[in-house]
Amino acid sequence: MKEFILIIFAALGTHHLSAQTPEELVNKIRSKLEKVNDYTAKGKLKTNVVFIKAPIASVKIYYKKPDKMKIVNENGISFIPKGSVNINLAKFLTAAGKYEIVDAGNEVTSGFRILKLLPADENSDIVLSTLYIDEKNELIIKAKNTTRDNGTYELEMTYNKYASYGLPDKVIFSFKTKDYKLPKGVTFDYDDGSEKKPDNNMKNRKGKVEITYSEYLINKGIDDIVFK
Amino acid sequence: MMSLLRIEIFKIFRKPRTYIAFAVIALIIILIQVALKFGGEEYVGLMLSGMGNSFEDIPTKNILNGYLVCFIILNLLLIHVPILVALVAGDAVAGEANMGTLRLLASKPVSRVQLLIVKFTASFFYTMLLLIWMALLALFLSIVLFGVNWLGVPRELQFNIMEADDVMWRYGLAFCFAAIGLTCVAALAFMLSVFSDNSIGPIVITVCVIIVFTILTQMQIPFYDETIKPYLFTTHMLGWKGFFYVKGVDGETVKGSIENLPAIIKSAAILVGYTAVFLGIGFWYFNRKNILS
Repeated sequence: MKEFILIIFAALGTHHLSAQTPEELVNKIRSKLEKVNDYTAKGKLKTNVVFIKAPIASVKIYYKKPDKMKIVNENGISFIPKGSVNINLAKFLTAAGKYEIVDAGNEVTSGFRILKLLPADENSDIVLSTLYIDEKNELIIKAKNTTRDNGTYELEMTYNKYASYGLPDKVIFSFKTKDYKLPKGVTFDYDDGSEKKPDNNMKNRKGKVEITYSEYLINKGIDDIVFK
Repeated sequence: MMSLLRIEIFKIFRKPRTYIAFAVIALIIILIQVALKFGGEEYVGLMLSGMGNSFEDIPTKNILNGYLVCFIILNLLLIHVPILVALVAGDAVAGEANMGTLRLLASKPVSRVQLLIVKFTASFFYTMLLLIWMALLALFLSIVLFGVNWLGVPRELQFNIMEADDVMWRYGLAFCFAAIGLTCVAALAFMLSVFSDNSIGPIVITVCVIIVFTILTQMQIPFYDETIKPYLFTTHMLGWKGFFYVKGVDGETVKGSIENLPAIIKSAAILVGYTAVFLGIGFWYFNRKNILS
């Protein structure tokens, strides 16, 4: 009997610890992100897409509240995936009041809290956003977004020095790539025997873009002209 | 031999038609450069429009630079320059026969083999000058006009990007490979020139062979791809591009890499083989030729 009561108390206690409501959790994360009015960050962008071979590019990322974001090539050539403007986490949550939040429990393997955000606005580009949240540190670790126009994409974030601002050190952006093909009459390709013929695997394969951030300059002010 | 070579080179550069090739190359290159200076970003955007499905704005400004402009020019020109090479190489022996000076030349105290070596060397010299002229205008003038940045090479199913400091050596090797390809064309025109007493014939036949072979090279018909295409010298002349096809690991370009170097070496060897065959036939026939004019 004594053991049974202890188990009941233990269970209640655990429940109480993780009993933040989804709204409370989102608000905490949002308030952390709202500490950042703007930032400039340098970053290294790595593209891993089936039809692109590219060196790691140096990029500069600009963000300004509420939803201005720009990724600029410092030199070299890099490709920014469609929908990547949402790398900005604040954008997920600034309109939190306009979302319906559904608690989907905890992920079995990692224990991260899963929240599903359903926008109330019927015209919103994002149809569904699933957030995997590290409750203890109040950080979004993973986000899966289903959009109206750009398919589904996934963000995975790793935090370190700037975790107190909710800013990641590394973002991995996964997305489905569309078909890429140029007419041979335009490229006059040299057939060295190494290029495979197009197959269906080219279509809708997952591409990844990794941005490793460094040198965040937070709340130093950014001119709007940067975003034009 | 050297004095004979100097005379042959002098003969080539005395003819106005020799300079037509240099003028045509300069004109085409400058026309392309002007067009790309004013509408290059649209051109690049159009070329890579397929990427627009997956990516935000294509960085056309960065992609359009001197290195890409040179690549575009070579892509367009290296198919046509062989025609200009044929103008001189096809005239080398047949021109003498046409003017009635070949018999006189053959009566000089030099062997027929020496005579042909000198004539072909002069054609080779002209070909190399043409290539150097093209390199100067296509590469260096483009760098001056457009600056340098990373090079993005569009392929049928891939887009290969390499860093700016990983490009120049590729162009060096590409021009060396182009020299092998153009020498092969010069050898073909030279061989035909030996057979003819009129320079129009070898020039026109060489041009026709290049046109037909180029069409066959570019046609994507599986039957030709597997049967004829691997044996056409025009297929292997595109090998210069192989220096711009890079290896990748997880989508990242391996700096200093060439995707398939053995294939390029094989193509170069095939071109050298063709050159040897063309010259061999030419020398063999000329040694037995009854020179009447």
